[in-house]
Amino acid sequence: MSEQTAKIEISGLHKSFGANHVLRGIDLDVAPGKSLVVIGGSGSGKSVLLKSVLGLIKPDRGTMKVDGRDVARHSASDKKFVAEQTGMLFQGSALFDSLTVWENVAFRLLYGEHKSRTKSKDKAIDCLAQVGLTAEVGELRPSELSGGMQKRVSLARAIAADPQILFFDEPTTGLDPIMSDVINNLIVDRVKAIGATAVSITHDMKSACKIADEIAMLYQGVIIWRGPPDELEDSGNPMVDQFVHGRADGPIQMQVRRYGKK
Amino acid sequence: MNPIAAIGRLSLDIFGEIGRMTTFAVEGALAAVTPPFYWRPFLQSLARIGYASLPVVGLTAIFTGGALALNIYEGSIFPDANAFIPQILGVSIVRELGPVLASLMVAGRCSSAMAAEIGAMRVTQQIDAMSTLSVNPFRYLVGPRILATTIAMPILVLIADIIGVYGGYLVSVYLLDMSAPIYINALIDFISHDDVTSGLIKATVFGFLIAVTGCYYGYRSGGGATGVGNATRTAVVAAAVLIFAANYALTSLFVDF
Repeated sequence: MSEQTAKIEISGLHKSFGANHVLRGIDLDVAPGKSLVVIGGSGSGKSVLLKSVLGLIKPDRGTMKVDGRDVARHSASDKKFVAEQTGMLFQGSALFDSLTVWENVAFRLLYGEHKSRTKSKDKAIDCLAQVGLTAEVGELRPSELSGGMQKRVSLARAIAADPQILFFDEPTTGLDPIMSDVINNLIVDRVKAIGATAVSITHDMKSACKIADEIAMLYQGVIIWRGPPDELEDSGNPMVDQFVHGRADGPIQMQVRRYGKK
Repeated sequence: MNPIAAIGRLSLDIFGEIGRMTTFAVEGALAAVTPPFYWRPFLQSLARIGYASLPVVGLTAIFTGGALALNIYEGSIFPDANAFIPQILGVSIVRELGPVLASLMVAGRCSSAMAAEIGAMRVTQQIDAMSTLSVNPFRYLVGPRILATTIAMPILVLIADIIGVYGGYLVSVYLLDMSAPIYINALIDFISHDDVTSGLIKATVFGFLIAVTGCYYGYRSGGGATGVGNATRTAVVAAAVLIFAANYALTSLFVDF
């Protein structure tokens, strides 16, 4: 990192599940106010990396600093510290079925910060407006919304407490191209508006190029390339090149076993 | 396969599960009675577990009371068998059948629902989402459910006791031609304060066990829809077995004292 202190600093991060070594020494840092997108194939460890930083998974070894504080010990106070700093948009939106949309958006305010329902609802409606949803939508249940609307609500929930860091897990997965672009625009717009640092993981290259200040590629548990989006086409890395152009042939071999073959 | 190794592995699994569930139960009990309290989910759970279980518990109790009255009458060798009905029925309902049958019905209704709901939240990352929103999911999901079930169960059992005894009254008075004042007086004379208290203590313990098993299997579930299905089934079976085991243990305790 240059002269600026990194908002997120990861060094030598390892995580295994049994014999499956998912993360094999990740080194990564993100400057304040910047948007980093981590790309990589399915099963490359992107989600594990994100969950480790969020304190949802305990890493085996390595250091992880969030806003200068080492949170790799995974203690309760570390997790609380990270939760207070961050907002997260989950791949499947992860909205609470039993609550209305506005209660979902205001969940942290209602149950984390114990604010009044009136104040929390006002804030939730404001956040819904920021992602293009009306107050009437706030009274609905998540099951009554389309996939695109659920993503918007999830984004509204992530930004409701004005977090310093935002995480996006596959924000456009399962959406049509137009709705994907709407979500990408909202992400760029909201991240800039609240001045947050953003870390996204995706394998949607269009989305990555749109929301990233920098892109890093994760392959076999390590970062193999990092650079600005406009250098992605000429990365000089054959694995990045194969991934970006979606070619089956190349140095990245997918683990596919056919029936009848060993 | 080495049979001794297999027995050893099975023993470790069983003791491991007992240990995990005991730890979960202790942490759950602490979450239920220490701040922060989440009143809204608590009241929702109380309504869903307590109020919504009333019809099924009431029906179970009234038919059990009626059937018990018939069995006592038909099974007795004495010509004036109906004189014993209030005494035997009252004690059976209040001490054993009320708490056990009501708890089994609530276990079927609520332990499975808790396991399914929390399990679905686990597999759809809602529990992870809760953590990222500065809310401890264990305290929010488990604590209120344990507190609500533990409070609701004795109330439900008290109602089940009254309805069960009333079921016996209906059969005794209208079918077996017993005098209503005799039935009521015999019941009041024979059922002691200790009988009712012991039944309500049992109900409190059973309520706690129902919530712990439902929450435990839901909270630990994984593996998509199949995992949630397994958690639901296991929760109901475990709750039923624990209710029977706890009933025996508590009955032994009350008999000794």
